Amino acid sequence: MDAHERGDADSKLTGLLARVLGPVGPEVTCEQCFELLDQYVELEVSGAHADARLPGMQAHLEGCPACHEDYESLRDFVAGTPAPRRDADRSWRG
Amino acid sequence: MTPHAEFDDRLGRRLAADRGAARRRVTCSGRGTVRAMAASDQRAPAAARRGLDAESRAWLAALDSAGAEREDAVARLHDVLLRAAHFEIGRRRGALAQVRGEELGDLAMQAADDALMAVLAKRAQFRGESRFTTWAYKFALLEAAVTVRRRAWRDREVPLEPDAWELVADQAPALDAAVEGKELIDAVRDAIAGCLTDHQRNVLVALALDGVPVDVLAERLGTTRGALYKTLHDARRKLRADLAGRGLAIEPQRRAPGGD
Repeated sequence: MDAHERGDADSKLTGLLARVLGPVGPEVTCEQCFELLDQYVELEVSGAHADARLPGMQAHLEGCPACHEDYESLRDFVAGTPAPRRDADRSWRG
Repeated sequence: MTPHAEFDDRLGRRLAADRGAARRRVTCSGRGTVRAMAASDQRAPAAARRGLDAESRAWLAALDSAGAEREDAVARLHDVLLRAAHFEIGRRRGALAQVRGEELGDLAMQAADDALMAVLAKRAQFRGESRFTTWAYKFALLEAAVTVRRRAWRDREVPLEPDAWELVADQAPALDAAVEGKELIDAVRDAIAGCLTDHQRNVLVALALDGVPVDVLAERLGTTRGALYKTLHDARRKLRADLAGRGLAIEPQRRAPGGD
């Protein structure tokens, strides 16, 4: 096994252990994650320290693939959505 | 039941009844249904909205209004949710390679309809910690994601009661030269076999090793996503404790879930 193969094997081992053993430290539940997800994403998109404001979210997102997918979707959708003022101007003209 | 809750309850039943026909229409199902229901709409109590951004206040005011204004707001909300549902289904299209474009549109409409019902039913819980639209988007994205996961697994068997230790060994990378890694894998395999209940072992293997989506497993087992994740969390805690007892405290690097 050369260095490249060894690095690949170490990476796979780390991934396997992470999936089986999950995140370290306290984490929110799936229900709490969904409750806080919009706030977490807006904090993150705005550049604020979302993990400090909402402790336990990052750990849960690392341990729960479904919630992580939901987080990525909301983050990407919000990041690609026009700013609220432009939305409001267009929406409320009917 | 408050007047708006009653309206939303009736709207929900109407939407569910209309869904089959509405999803085959080109036009927005929410708009047509809301117009039919608007005559019986009643004004809701004013909510405390201090601190909200102007757009969110406008959304809530319109949804709490009556008649044509509320009908228009609900229809626009449905449009917003449908856009989010299309976004989610589009990014997950790879999991639905066998699904035709027309059905993808139906799935998006179904997700938007369900999300509309959830948003209307739960809007009193909106605390203004984000924009109202961001709060609403998550319902559409969740409904669409769950719909896609379940559709993708509809004809697939979910493996349960596997030999977990065999799976761990199978998924372990080539460790011939990584003695410490082999020792760790053996310890994890032994802990999975010896520390967990059958249910914890099945859930751990299905979710963490087989990659079964938690929504799919919850549907098959007749339980909830939250309950299954709690089972997974408890199993992981047991494994960590067992490994720590063997002097193998594990501190994996922070990483996104699901990948290798």
